[in-house]
Amino acid sequence: MSLATFWFILIAILWAGYFVLEGFDFGVGILLPFLGRDDTERRVMINTIGPVWDGNEVWLLTAGGATFAAFPLWYASLFSGFYLALLLILAALIVRGVCFEFRSKVDSPRWRANWDWAIFAGSALPALLWGVAFANIVRGVPLNAAHVYTGSLLTLLNWYGLLGGLVTLSLFTLHGAIFLAVRTSGELRPRAHRAAVRCALAAVPLAAVFLAVTQYSHGKPATDVTAALAAVTLIGAAYAAFRGWEGWAFAGTAVTLVLAVATLFGDLWPNVLPSSTNPAYSLTVDNASSAHYTLVVMSWVAIIFTPVVLGYQGWTYWVFRKRLTRSDIVVPPATGTETVEPVGGRS
Amino acid sequence: MTVLELSRWQFGITTVYHFIFVPLTIGLSLVVACMQTAWQIKKDPVYLRMTKFFGKIFLINFAVGVVTGIVQEFQFGMNWSAYSVFVGNVFGAPLAMEALLAFFLESTFIGLWIFGWNKLPPRVHLATIWLAAIGTSLSAYFILAANSWMQHPVGYRVVPGTHRVELTSIWAVLTNSTAIAAWTHVFVASFMVAAAVLIAVSAWHVGRRSQLEVFRPVLRLGLAIMLAAGIATAVTGDVQARLMDSQQPMKMAAAEALYSTSDSASFSLFTIGSLNGSKEVWSVRVPDLLSLIATLDPHGTVQGINNVERAYQKKYGPGSYEPVIPVTYWSFRLMVGFGSLAALLAAIGLWLTRRRRIPRSRWFYRVALWSLALPYLAAAMGWIFTEMGRQPWTVFGLLTTAQSVSPGVTASSVIISLTVFTLLYAGLAAIAGWLTVRHVKAGAPEETEQPGAAAPLPVFQY
Repeated sequence: MSLATFWFILIAILWAGYFVLEGFDFGVGILLPFLGRDDTERRVMINTIGPVWDGNEVWLLTAGGATFAAFPLWYASLFSGFYLALLLILAALIVRGVCFEFRSKVDSPRWRANWDWAIFAGSALPALLWGVAFANIVRGVPLNAAHVYTGSLLTLLNWYGLLGGLVTLSLFTLHGAIFLAVRTSGELRPRAHRAAVRCALAAVPLAAVFLAVTQYSHGKPATDVTAALAAVTLIGAAYAAFRGWEGWAFAGTAVTLVLAVATLFGDLWPNVLPSSTNPAYSLTVDNASSAHYTLVVMSWVAIIFTPVVLGYQGWTYWVFRKRLTRSDIVVPPATGTETVEPVGGRS
Repeated sequence: MTVLELSRWQFGITTVYHFIFVPLTIGLSLVVACMQTAWQIKKDPVYLRMTKFFGKIFLINFAVGVVTGIVQEFQFGMNWSAYSVFVGNVFGAPLAMEALLAFFLESTFIGLWIFGWNKLPPRVHLATIWLAAIGTSLSAYFILAANSWMQHPVGYRVVPGTHRVELTSIWAVLTNSTAIAAWTHVFVASFMVAAAVLIAVSAWHVGRRSQLEVFRPVLRLGLAIMLAAGIATAVTGDVQARLMDSQQPMKMAAAEALYSTSDSASFSLFTIGSLNGSKEVWSVRVPDLLSLIATLDPHGTVQGINNVERAYQKKYGPGSYEPVIPVTYWSFRLMVGFGSLAALLAAIGLWLTRRRRIPRSRWFYRVALWSLALPYLAAAMGWIFTEMGRQPWTVFGLLTTAQSVSPGVTASSVIISLTVFTLLYAGLAAIAGWLTVRHVKAGAPEETEQPGAAAPLPVFQY
């Protein structure tokens, strides 16, 4: 295996890690206005991801940085080509990132309700757009001989791209609902359980169609296996969610996301960004990669430090493993006038 | 405007804005870590109140610093794809290292610090803020190593036949003299920004004689840090000036608008004349100072803009290699001026608050409050100087800014992103500022055990 292929796999792992981790905190953000019936419940939901969401997002930054270092041409063509789509994602991540911090700083129902919707939008938009982006990467985009993207934002919004977007949106929401069922107790837990079952009803058919279409047009024998396994684990996760085996359900959606990323990257290889204009203009693992020495240096850095990072990030999840409930949320004694909003929101 | 101009404005605006929050994060994280350490050692609740109070200010700023940092990592590819292709082999490495070594460290341990009160053993919890603080400083090192490579490229070779550079020594990139000097300068200057916040916030309370037990010591602490960091910033800046004189002589000449090479060059504190300094009506000059700054010798030779220009034309081909002289001339002066003024005011403040004195004059508190702007402005001017002074290059001597811009991105796309970022950032600044002011006015509440609760109130929970 060439060093460039090793880095292609490493970047696939970073994206898989990002989708598994930030996937559930996107899901929690999307479900926030619907599952939390009052401010305390919404705070319980936010606090399930509170200590970890920022670390989860670093997986994206590392994937971006690793792409820059290992495949400069891929980084350049992809990010400049997907300019407006990436702008939307960045704007959403900016809003979402400050929401958590800002929301808690003022004790007013209106202030918090506004931030709740901002968290929803800031989570739903990237959850949708990452799927659109990856579907288009696998499908190929118009690239000229200089590997410059010649399409527009609308080029990306084709039916296959949008289907990919709906798949990630529904999968992340499902993943988030199951996460909430794992991490809460009290009234929220059964509600999260019901939400998970409903999300599964959308996610399973969408993902099945998307994987089938993907394998039909871009598949290889090896990825047919991962795609089939992804479908099986997703159905398994849905069944586990239905039966209330929360831990198994969460493991199921996590493995589904890993297998889905493996399928997409497997279909992509040896390209990194195929050209729909002319296959000869495609960016590949070989023509887009950095020189040998850079890859050697980065490999050592990754080999030494990745286990350290995984260690302390894993420890964080261990520290905050306890299920959260209303009584964990301490209302500041000075105000004590928490407005309980009318029950009966959608759940 | 062209895509190039729009992209430059966007990079300038987003970077200067990002750097409003970064130095406070670097400086204040370490100050808060020290406050919490003092609490652990002395068990005096005053230190806990300080930790929580300034910890909250730190967190509001940290949040904005993080989200605006995401844009920084992506916009090289978005707006400067030709640059990214050219430098990726070299420049991408420190960026990826920053993410893996520093971003994970700071964001994971900030999460543990926010939510770990009462959950982690006190010593472990103390360690989390130190690790997060180390993460922010480490992050600054990697990104400054990347930036310093653009100022002074080392450890690379140009690949024949392609328009690309290749890394030959990561060690050379990470131990670049420019990077070490730049990091030291930024690190100590960050404490000036942090000190300005300590001073302004505590002066607001001391002026109202509220919570003196917390804010009077913090006021003194802030003044002392400001003075010490001010001196350190001047010394490190001086080291940088000499490196700049040998590595980027055009930038040094442009800092003074010195057109002809001269020995015993003077330094003008202020000039009235044509904006680019080519014609002078009146100026205040310190004799020999520029020579002294640039060469450590009052009679040393400093090269002039015209002389460097001719040398560059011979080396790099015909064209203009001058930066925008009024910008470099004034940003350099304002950086030095704002920074020195802040340190000078801190020295006066230390004198006025000596031996438990609490100044009566309202002017003391007004000046203390408004001097908040000084280190921020100095830092912004410093970045504008160092980046504008490198022009027309993005990578000195190797790649110009005009060659760096993305070929496929349209002007309308950049207009959209420039508008979105500017409005979004303005909104964030307004909200973050308002929240900080609100929090500052509320003060540092006394530590009261909650009746009936086993554990005290969690501090920073969302």
